[in-house]
Amino acid sequence: MTETLTPLWEVFIRARTGLAHRHVGSVHAADAEMALQAARDTYTRRDEGVSLWVVPSAAITASDPAEEATLFEPAKPYRHPSFYVLPDEVGDM
Amino acid sequence: MRWSDYIEPMSEDAALTERFEARVAREDKIEPNDWMPEAYRRTLIRQISQHAHSEVVGMLPEGNWITRAPTLKRKAALLAKVQDEAGHGLYLYAAAETLGISREEMVEQLLAGAARYSSIFNYPTLTWADIGAVGWLVDGAAIINQIMLCRCSYGPYARAMIRICKEESFHQRQGFEIMLTLCRGTAEQKAMAQDALDRWWWPSLMMFGPHDSESSHSDQSMKWRIKRQSNDELRQHFIDMTVEQAKVLDLTMPDPELAYDAASGHWKGGEIDWAEFRAVISGNGPCNRQRLQQRRDAHEAGGWVREAARAYAAKHPAP
Repeated sequence: MTETLTPLWEVFIRARTGLAHRHVGSVHAADAEMALQAARDTYTRRDEGVSLWVVPSAAITASDPAEEATLFEPAKPYRHPSFYVLPDEVGDM
Repeated sequence: MRWSDYIEPMSEDAALTERFEARVAREDKIEPNDWMPEAYRRTLIRQISQHAHSEVVGMLPEGNWITRAPTLKRKAALLAKVQDEAGHGLYLYAAAETLGISREEMVEQLLAGAARYSSIFNYPTLTWADIGAVGWLVDGAAIINQIMLCRCSYGPYARAMIRICKEESFHQRQGFEIMLTLCRGTAEQKAMAQDALDRWWWPSLMMFGPHDSESSHSDQSMKWRIKRQSNDELRQHFIDMTVEQAKVLDLTMPDPELAYDAASGHWKGGEIDWAEFRAVISGNGPCNRQRLQQRRDAHEAGGWVREAARAYAAKHPAP
């Protein structure tokens, strides 16, 4: 068997209107139209969504796990509301 | 060994391995781009691809009854179940692919007879009651294993399992309902259900694999948190559950030695016929050759579709 590899697509589903599309998995398909069909068959057998995206997996650029520390650190607590201590009299703010 | 061998600084791999093991120990999930020991990658590729093959081959014994399901309701449910198995195979192939093996390579391994799949699918489905027994026992056993795998250390496998477990519980319930209907039917129908239990019980117990003392991969898989419970623990859990469910059906467990052991709080049964297990996994079960031939025929028959799709895609490139 020497078949060429069928391209890989990442699948995103919008569960309900008003929500963002979320990644659910991937499918193989020769082109975008077939990828949508395959994504529908594979990932929406139980009313999982109202809209589908398929994106060629090769189009995704991922960050390097080894750079996690430099990319996402240090935590900056002063960016969070809980960093600022206010007297109780202020109430909800 | 020379003295210098003892004092060599830790190699890069040893340091990475140490960090990897620490991550696993603190329940961090390992993701595709993370460094992992080669043996961890190989173990996962083997396990996930075998799991995927099991879903795909598992469609065959049930597919056998789609055209002969007794009612339209049963037929629709069985079709949906078999379609789910196809979907589960795809989720699992996708999870295995994140480890650097291609879908085509895995399919080739299956068709060449080089990859294993669950031994249970090499048994025939002789009557409609077998469809009930497969759902109740085979899916029941699979769910116990899969619930454990939802907490596997490898992220993509764990996520696939969570999705599969959610979908799988309908499979077991529909199987049990088939059994229940037969058991509450005529004497002949009930006998058919009993016969199916008699034939599927022992092969279902074999699904959990060899005893812990005989299992070659278990220790390392537990250490890496790919598995979290041993074969015998999972099997015991299945036996305890199933014995109670059989009472609801008013069926007799096909093991005269099966008895409740008050000291351990578990049902203890007779020994599994391991010679049969070994024969089936090494290719000599009742249906091994037929199953593989059906997969090969299906793959070959679908060849023109793949070819046509590729030709069309080449003619109509994306804008």
